[in-house]
Amino acid sequence: MRTVIVGNGMAGSRLVGELRSRDRRMPITVFGAEKARPYNRVMLSNVLAGASAPGDIHLTDPGWYADNDVDARLGLPITRIDRRERTVTSADGDVTPYDALVLATGSTPVVPPLPGLDAEGVVVFRTLEDCRAIVRHAESARSAVVVGGGLLGLEAARGLAGRGVPVTVVHRAGHLMDRQLDPEAGGVLRRTLHDLGVRTLLNARLSAARAEVGRVSGVELDDGTVLAADLVVLACGVRPETGLATASGLTVDRGVLVDDRLRSVDDPGVHAIGECAQHQGTVYGLVAPAWEQARVVADVLTGRTARYRGSRLVTRLKATGIELAAMGETGLGDDEAEVVRFTDPTRGTYKKIVIRDGLLVGAILLGETGTAGLLTQLYDRAEPLPADRLHLLFDGLGTGTPVDTPVRIPDTATVCRCNNVTKGRIRASWEAGARDVPGVAAETRATTGCGGCRDTVVGILEWLDRQDPGPHHEPGAEVSRL
Amino acid sequence: MPPTPTHCPYCALQCGMFVDAEAMITPREDVPANAGGALCQKGWTAGELLSAPDRVTAPLMRAHRDAPFERVSWEAALDRITAEVGRVQDRHGRDAVAVFGGGGLTNEKAYQLGKFARVALRTANIDYNGRFCMSSAAAAQNRAFGLDRGLPVPVTDVPEAGAILLAGGNVAETMPPFVRHLAAQRERGGRLIVVDPRETPTARLADLHLQLTPGTDLALANGLLHLAMTEGLIDEAYLARRVSGLEAVRTVVNAYWPERVERITGVPVPRLREAVRLLGTAARALILTARGAEQHATGTDTVTAFVNLALGLGLPGRPGSGFGCLTGQGNGQGGREHGQKADQLPGYRRIDDPAARRHVARVWGVRPEDLPGPGLSAAELLGALGTEDGPRALLVFGSNPVVSAPDSARVEKRLDALEFLAVADFVPSETAMRADVVLPTAQWAEETGTVTNLEGRVLLRRAARPRPAGVRDDLEIIAALAERLKAPGRFSTEPSEVFEELRAASAGGIADYSGITYERIVAETGVFWPCPGEGHPGTPRVFLDRFATPDGRARMVPVEHRGPVERPCADYPLHLTTGRVLAHYQSGAQTRRVRALVDAVPEAFVELHPDLAGRLGVDDGATVRVTSRRGSAVAKVRVCATIRRDTVFMPFHWAGAARANLLTNPALDPISRMPEFKVCAVRVDAVDQDRGTGSRG
Repeated sequence: MRTVIVGNGMAGSRLVGELRSRDRRMPITVFGAEKARPYNRVMLSNVLAGASAPGDIHLTDPGWYADNDVDARLGLPITRIDRRERTVTSADGDVTPYDALVLATGSTPVVPPLPGLDAEGVVVFRTLEDCRAIVRHAESARSAVVVGGGLLGLEAARGLAGRGVPVTVVHRAGHLMDRQLDPEAGGVLRRTLHDLGVRTLLNARLSAARAEVGRVSGVELDDGTVLAADLVVLACGVRPETGLATASGLTVDRGVLVDDRLRSVDDPGVHAIGECAQHQGTVYGLVAPAWEQARVVADVLTGRTARYRGSRLVTRLKATGIELAAMGETGLGDDEAEVVRFTDPTRGTYKKIVIRDGLLVGAILLGETGTAGLLTQLYDRAEPLPADRLHLLFDGLGTGTPVDTPVRIPDTATVCRCNNVTKGRIRASWEAGARDVPGVAAETRATTGCGGCRDTVVGILEWLDRQDPGPHHEPGAEVSRL
Repeated sequence: MPPTPTHCPYCALQCGMFVDAEAMITPREDVPANAGGALCQKGWTAGELLSAPDRVTAPLMRAHRDAPFERVSWEAALDRITAEVGRVQDRHGRDAVAVFGGGGLTNEKAYQLGKFARVALRTANIDYNGRFCMSSAAAAQNRAFGLDRGLPVPVTDVPEAGAILLAGGNVAETMPPFVRHLAAQRERGGRLIVVDPRETPTARLADLHLQLTPGTDLALANGLLHLAMTEGLIDEAYLARRVSGLEAVRTVVNAYWPERVERITGVPVPRLREAVRLLGTAARALILTARGAEQHATGTDTVTAFVNLALGLGLPGRPGSGFGCLTGQGNGQGGREHGQKADQLPGYRRIDDPAARRHVARVWGVRPEDLPGPGLSAAELLGALGTEDGPRALLVFGSNPVVSAPDSARVEKRLDALEFLAVADFVPSETAMRADVVLPTAQWAEETGTVTNLEGRVLLRRAARPRPAGVRDDLEIIAALAERLKAPGRFSTEPSEVFEELRAASAGGIADYSGITYERIVAETGVFWPCPGEGHPGTPRVFLDRFATPDGRARMVPVEHRGPVERPCADYPLHLTTGRVLAHYQSGAQTRRVRALVDAVPEAFVELHPDLAGRLGVDDGATVRVTSRRGSAVAKVRVCATIRRDTVFMPFHWAGAARANLLTNPALDPISRMPEFKVCAVRVDAVDQDRGTGSRG
């Protein structure tokens, strides 16, 4: 089965790997609009922050396509799909036939139709090239504005602040990351950002960008405010890239409509995954769902039974100095669900757990994410929750053995695990005359294994001596116990 | 007679001990593994094994499997085996007789067993229970370094490490004296990181515990390497000079960013960061794996991921640093080097390598073309027993697969389908009791031979006591059978002579023992292989100059997380993981016969988290049934908050209805052929009629 994949971003490149790991021989051709080998978009914030070099975030090495017999046409967009002939035409005019076609065309950043946004210094934050441009501008920028206080905008702003560029985030809604956070969390996040050097303006709408000799010099807001900026990053959301699909007659709403096998509802020979697909009314904008979809399509195309049932969304902010995890329905209040909260504004900590019918349906962890792993797994698997909700908020509570004193532990308690010696037997050996560790060891073998119980044995002996100094006791005996 | 200096019969640490004429045991002070005279309860009580009340002291034989055993003469037993072997091979071919060995056998016995299979039986089918232990680590180390030795450095280097990461090992219970080396490390300010789904006694010693979801170790290791790269902790100069394959690995681990790894493993991102920081900033660091990371259908790749991490941080081939595997069985290391593996000849040579075949054939006095090729690996061999194309007769030495093999109910069926089964053992093990012939053998303190411990240090175990009348040792049994089968060459019964032959056979191989002598072992308290000449000092630290690959560079290999074969589902909603307890060893055939150890832990149990116990409505001590796709096991509940809520744990030392391996998944690693012991999907049900009320105390 000749498989053609249009798009080599996070979804398309993942699908190539998934297919190849299942079927060594299936002919695979992948077209990528970008010239670069596929790279991890999640790591763009690392590049912006300077933690990763732009050349170090690729998802395949140069030899991979040849080694794995994959026909990769990079930097070559597709211009036309002919569904009747089952072919695609690439920008160079080549016509490639397919038995199965997968659209993984992703999305393009929204650029608001406002004056001035074509000036030099106004950039979107989407591709590795965009990222390089932002870094280049940041080197000389005196101040920057980020338009959009969502996930991507805040990561960009944090990266710029980390590079020493004063940065202001202009956000339309009443609180930051309003799609993932409740207003209270948004407020705590705003303060944390402020402490990291990121200024935020809420309920603020851009009306234009100002330019001087073709180069951006600032932005205007619709309330008349003017912000100076020689770098403007647009993070106003994305729009699914569905032009090809529409032109070939596939049903498109916001994305290409697909069924549970990620097949177009019009044509079983065409699949769509990632940000260009719409499943059960949802277009997903995160990596995890795209990769789940890639797995399902790889199964379907290699003859396995697999169905996509939608994804659970977990959002993580990748920004140095800010720990944030949000999942599910975070906006529900006490009247709609069981809500457990912990707030410590001075430390920038906000935690909220939303429970319905005994299951975790939403959560926000901000400032301290020690239980994010636990919560994500409980949320992903819809598992029963711990009886004590504290475990959901705080890591490391409730496990571990309570520290006890030699006095309080019962006689039946095992002191030396390696040789299965109880406190009672140590007491008995003391009563039989063993007054130091070697004596107890000779009698019971306690302390002769890993040696970890030595302090406890010394403690028990000291306590027994205090209870009853006895005929063997000599002043200062404690110091010679070892 | 003064007490004899020798070594413990149990784990790969091989603690030094004295055994006196009454079988009383005292620790030796001069052996680095248990320096300071440490022993655990198993070691202290090992003398009791020698006089196990049900010890087999005469050959047992029966006409058919339903008949009772009768005591017979050695002549009768050996004649019967010879006749059955001849009959089966005449009818079904040479490979229809198989041999199953053990990682507890001395080097001499392991070597002789491999030679016996290839030269006397001329069967391809010999493998051993070590396949269930370190084979994944072995395959990964061979792939990366060209050589597989448990630890790259002596245990005396352990205290020098600024940071140690231990993945899937519970040394506080499996080899307690090793903890002293960790304690010394921590006293010097070193830090310990433990990766385990359970908060084991070892995890409680750690500065940092990464309590991951069972079966996600590979994702964790890739995630740690990702962080090492993005946090600038990679040793670029070392990688450029000594390692190949970095770019392919980088592109794979780029997909393991911390938040994704957290979602897969359940380990909080801050802990991942802390682990990498500790490892990446220490002057010396060790990354160690054990069965928890290795016993998976992705075991080889999982170990490879940890090797990649070690290479990325620049650890292997540096003094006091590196990657290592904590071997399990007493001779887990040596047992895999000298020819009882299906694909190997002595000296860790490949059986499909023509040069290796020529060398070994010359030592054995046979033609290379007469040596069989590679045979079936352990789990496959057991699975093929009594089938149309599989072995029809089996000889077992030093192993108890009825308890220790995965999906053990199926193993019982396969054994029962054999035309003939002979077992050499010193106690009536569960496997021996299914045999046609049982041969009573000598034990550790009754025979001399070498073992290679987890450090790669070759040690000498010495006979301290006479063996009971009627008992022979394995070398005598093998020699007698070889003679009856008219095998070419010589089958000495003298351990030192067999060792001389092993030296010659291993010369020039990867595990080169040719410079090691009994005298040197005694004089130097053990000699580290490789040791290619009597003037060679041995190799306490490997790879200091080059790796054992053709170009001298270590190889990084990209590996992807695939997860366990069975994931929790509606019918089987929990993970089961299995392991050991301090008081028992392997299939329990030895330790279940020592009173103090039985008193310490008398029976199997199931660890449940309090939340899970609450949902099931069971208390501590209640009886539950644990069911997987393969069968059910019944055991008492231990409620503890030290296990994950989605996971239950059972120790695997018991036979009968509480056998953990009735449940385990025989799915195999494609490279090492290691079964997936460490994770399968189960459900747990309360058993109503037998609710514990705490009456046992």
